[in-house]
Amino acid sequence: MSVDNSSLRSPLVKTTLVFFGIALICTVFADIAITTVDPWRELTQLLLGIVAPDFYATENLGSALLYTLAFALLGVAFGNVFGFVLALLFASRIVRTGCAFVRAIHELFWALIFLQIFGLSPLTGILAIGIPYAGIIAKVYAEILEEADPAPLQAVPPGTSTISVFLFVRLPDAWTHFRTYSMYRLECGLRSSAVLGFVGLPTLGFHLESAFKQGQYSEVWALLFLFYLIIATMRVWMKKPLLPVYLIGAALVLPWGVAFSAANIWRFFGHDIIPYPLRAAGADVNGWAAMGDWLHLMVVDQAIPGTIATLQITMITLVATGILTLMFFPLISPLLFGRASRAVGHLFLVVTRSTPEYILAFVLLNLWGPSMLPAIVALSLHNSAIIGHLIGRFTEGIRLRIDASHGLNRYAWEILPRIYRPMIALLFYRWEVILRETAILGILGIATLGFYVDSAFADLRFDRAMLLILITALLNICVDAISRAIRSHLRLQTTLEHR
Amino acid sequence: MALLQLSDEVAGYQGKTILRDLTLSIEAGERIGLVGESGAGKSTLLRLIYERCRDQAALVPQDSGLVQSLSVFHNVYMGRLHTHSVWRNFRNLLKPARDDIATVRPIVDELRLEEKFFSPVAELSGGQQQRTAVGRALYNTGDVLIGDEPVSAVDEHQARDILSTINNQKKTVVLAMHDRALALEFTDRVVGIRDGRIVLDEATAGMVPGDLDDLYKA
Repeated sequence: MSVDNSSLRSPLVKTTLVFFGIALICTVFADIAITTVDPWRELTQLLLGIVAPDFYATENLGSALLYTLAFALLGVAFGNVFGFVLALLFASRIVRTGCAFVRAIHELFWALIFLQIFGLSPLTGILAIGIPYAGIIAKVYAEILEEADPAPLQAVPPGTSTISVFLFVRLPDAWTHFRTYSMYRLECGLRSSAVLGFVGLPTLGFHLESAFKQGQYSEVWALLFLFYLIIATMRVWMKKPLLPVYLIGAALVLPWGVAFSAANIWRFFGHDIIPYPLRAAGADVNGWAAMGDWLHLMVVDQAIPGTIATLQITMITLVATGILTLMFFPLISPLLFGRASRAVGHLFLVVTRSTPEYILAFVLLNLWGPSMLPAIVALSLHNSAIIGHLIGRFTEGIRLRIDASHGLNRYAWEILPRIYRPMIALLFYRWEVILRETAILGILGIATLGFYVDSAFADLRFDRAMLLILITALLNICVDAISRAIRSHLRLQTTLEHR
Repeated sequence: MALLQLSDEVAGYQGKTILRDLTLSIEAGERIGLVGESGAGKSTLLRLIYERCRDQAALVPQDSGLVQSLSVFHNVYMGRLHTHSVWRNFRNLLKPARDDIATVRPIVDELRLEEKFFSPVAELSGGQQQRTAVGRALYNTGDVLIGDEPVSAVDEHQARDILSTINNQKKTVVLAMHDRALALEFTDRVVGIRDGRIVLDEATAGMVPGDLDDLYKA
């Protein structure tokens, strides 16, 4: 018999160590300095705002929340309808690739694109949420349908039509999952909608940014508190019979008066996004030569440094998220803490995961100055609160023997071995999400790909912006593929509601 | 006329041969009990029989094969999905029609599930789920019922009721059973399997459970 140290030979532990090493190397080369003179004074000011939230600071408070809700409801509804239809067609490679592509582009990038096309029309916000969501929902719904219990099939009488089989065997079980998932998507949609304010739509983020820039922390907290309230009470107000009312209400509330010109749309597609050298010199030999230089310049000066920074932050964040998750999930686990402590833990996790990572990064960036640190901290806090919540709930299902150990022994011996695998699975699931978010945080001034995209939009160089968005999307698809390969190699799976 | 004729056939599962030298003929109107140790191949033989006469047969699979989020009514109704139009099926999914409730109701009552008529199957106990699966097979228009341990999760009293209901409503019945006494009581022919072969095929009249001991001993 061998007396090997078997746990170090487990592929799961090996993978963990490799990722740990990569993150460590990334950290060595990372810019994580705090550059503001007195970062803690501003933080104190900000925290003081909690005790005195000012709900009357702005008359825009009501409209900001209403618009945030309206964009979220319509965007998620759009994504749900198209996502469901696409899920039925998911056997087609074209549909699968198309969905992977649209969901690889973050809502904020879609918003920046549609702003050029439709201006501040509500269509911009609805499509910015709806299009990437349709891509995500199509994939998840297709997986749900595929995983429908095949057992009833064996008892279906022969000669039953395909549609009847679909309606009775596959749809009913899937439907319950669709509803749970839609609620989760709506929560995400509310966060996305709030963040759209940062690029100019009239949602929560817009007012939050200006209040924050003016140091009006009481107003910041009023906005955030109401936002948390909406998310926390979602299960109370989101009832199926009320859905049509909400959707019609949302459509009526939005300011449709903003006109958009067809000329604008044509110019964007027919002129603006065509690479400049081709536009200037035409598609002849000169044009293609200049195009080569243009591409070279774009790749060397922007795409490569942007990609490196994006990957660097992503890798550090992924590992930091794992470490924080191990600290967060016990807070809500009935195996480790009593009811009262768990209530505090729940509150902490709800607030942390309800705060959009973009807003968290924005706040930290203003407190600490521009570096990679705000992005890493914001993203890992947000993501570990999400995974910590799921793992904490997972531990509720663990039945310990009556004489199981207590305290740290229980954590390390009884719980950790049971949760480690699902936790790693969830981390790999969120890897691609973290990458997408990291890219977008560039808009705040951190030198990830989003920084270059945003600068290109600001300079009205839409050809550059589109190229960089395309590169970001491809990077995302690559990471997703790697994550999928690792998951299948390690045989990591999670249940449906964890996606 | 024989409902089914097997001569010297093999049967397997997922590419593995489990049963060989199968010779068996089943006449319409027979009531056959399949007995043998668990793992002997009863389910494999049942699956083969079902494949051969599936156009006139209804199946009660061992795992019940219910759609968990649908009600008892819906799951029983599924026994006749193929005889109704897609439109009618769709309608019944959203809001069950009075006519169809009326035809499903007696079966559900007979199986003592009347209080659970519109409850999702997921909320039912194992025994109630099994009775729902039997109900679905009874509702099926085929006059052959093939059941893989269809009463394994209910008490003996209920098992007797269910087995006599099955015998009353279906012309031909083939059941895998682990309870030897029940098998002998409710069938008129018993087929025993051991080591991948049919080793016993006799009329049950006059047999006692002890006569089947050879099938089980090590």
